[in-house]
Amino acid sequence: MYTDKVIDQFQNPRNVGELDNADGVGEVGSPACGDIMKMYLKIEDGIIVDVKFKTFGCGAAVATSSIATEMIKGKTLEEAEKLTNSMVIDELGGLPHEKVHCSVLAEQAIKAAIKDYKSKHGIQE
Amino acid sequence: MQRRYFDYAATTPLDSEVLNEMLPHMKENFGNPSSVYSYGRDARKVIDDSREKVASTIGAQAKEIYFTSGGTESDNWAIKGTAFANKDKGNHIITTTVEHHAVLHTCKYLEKHGYEVTYLPVDEYGLIDLDDLKNSIRENTILITVMFANNEIGTIQPIAEIGKIAKENKVLFHTDAVQALGSVDIDVKDLGVDLMSISGHKIYGPKGIGALYVRKGVKIDNLIHGGAQEKKKRGGTENTPAIAGFAKACEMVQSTLSDQIKQTTELRDYMIKGILDSIPEVKLNGHPEKRLPGNVNVSIRYIEGESILLSLDLIGIAASSGSACTSGSLDPSHVLLAIGLSHEIAHGSLRFSIGKYTTKEEVDFVLDKLPGIIQRLRDMSPLYNA
Repeated sequence: MYTDKVIDQFQNPRNVGELDNADGVGEVGSPACGDIMKMYLKIEDGIIVDVKFKTFGCGAAVATSSIATEMIKGKTLEEAEKLTNSMVIDELGGLPHEKVHCSVLAEQAIKAAIKDYKSKHGIQE
Repeated sequence: MQRRYFDYAATTPLDSEVLNEMLPHMKENFGNPSSVYSYGRDARKVIDDSREKVASTIGAQAKEIYFTSGGTESDNWAIKGTAFANKDKGNHIITTTVEHHAVLHTCKYLEKHGYEVTYLPVDEYGLIDLDDLKNSIRENTILITVMFANNEIGTIQPIAEIGKIAKENKVLFHTDAVQALGSVDIDVKDLGVDLMSISGHKIYGPKGIGALYVRKGVKIDNLIHGGAQEKKKRGGTENTPAIAGFAKACEMVQSTLSDQIKQTTELRDYMIKGILDSIPEVKLNGHPEKRLPGNVNVSIRYIEGESILLSLDLIGIAASSGSACTSGSLDPSHVLLAIGLSHEIAHGSLRFSIGKYTTKEEVDFVLDKLPGIIQRLRDMSPLYNA
């Protein structure tokens, strides 16, 4: 049911972990729903220079968070904010229908981390 | 990659002896059992003999066994059939919150059609309270349906006691024994059961075949209307090869049951101990003793079941989970919630079910690999040592 790319991202997730002194942290989902994603961003001059994630969830949840971190690393905040769940799905070569919500969580986690960064630095949305 | 199967509660591999029993009836003995000529009579004889074998496995008479397409049909028929046939006596049914969906969804359906259903809660082990049951019986109660043993957590209900209470109150008693057959010694007369559902593919028999035991004298409407098969109680040309295979599987259960229970229970307890000893913050679900010999069900904190299943599958281990992500719904297993687990803990549940072909080597393989898998996923989890 999963593409090879999903399996690879699940088996060898990129950027797992936490960031000390992260500039922005975003957490979405809940344990009750079975999915939590937490994103940590390090930002310099408007560019995401480092990103880490931690995820509680199914294989697709791990894979979508992992690939989403790859997709925004080195990008500007504006570029990262434009990341959508369908871009994540395309990058993974597709997701089973019932797993689409995992990609939505990945998008939301990144947006939440950027929002956290902006509010900490007094940047207007 | 060598694969290792730990999902016997989902289905079992077909026994070779069962297959050999079935093959002639797929080819040479193809006649319609309802036909009068010799082709038909030959097929008819297979069905009659099979009915005897299935009956004797559960202490019933042959005429009390009706072949069906499996456990789900048997549950549907037992509940709808007795509910409709006993409408004049009342419209109240008692069941439990931990039944298989074949029972729960049938009860929900009947609620839409004017029946009232009481869903008995269970304790932390998954057992119902017999006083609760007694107190739930009313003037208009027509049926009690309580599963023999739970498919997810393996808990075995006090069936004989329930049978006694049902009899004292003149209420019919149905039990879904799909998981229990082949794992527990069953005698319907001793247990005071009026109706019982059983299935072939859980006991190394073929899929698509099962039976409903209906005690002589019990009023039941037809579910499948059609021809005069199954003493006019269930229409449709009999599945002769499957019936022959089911009967062979029952026969093998009967001849090996006590050894089988002993062997599987030992392996089960070895596996449970191995998991609990090697992985911290793991909880056994279900009753420690009153449980199916092949059932191992644990909740593993901080991680989600589907990701464990996926990791296991990548090294060839087949297991199961009560996580929502494996069911396509948002809620984790109703059984795990009913025994009082939080959503979070229920999402991290893992079931290994073992059977007659499971070896100690296979269990050791799981015990060797599981701690590493759990640690890898925990290290990724924001809930772990947070």
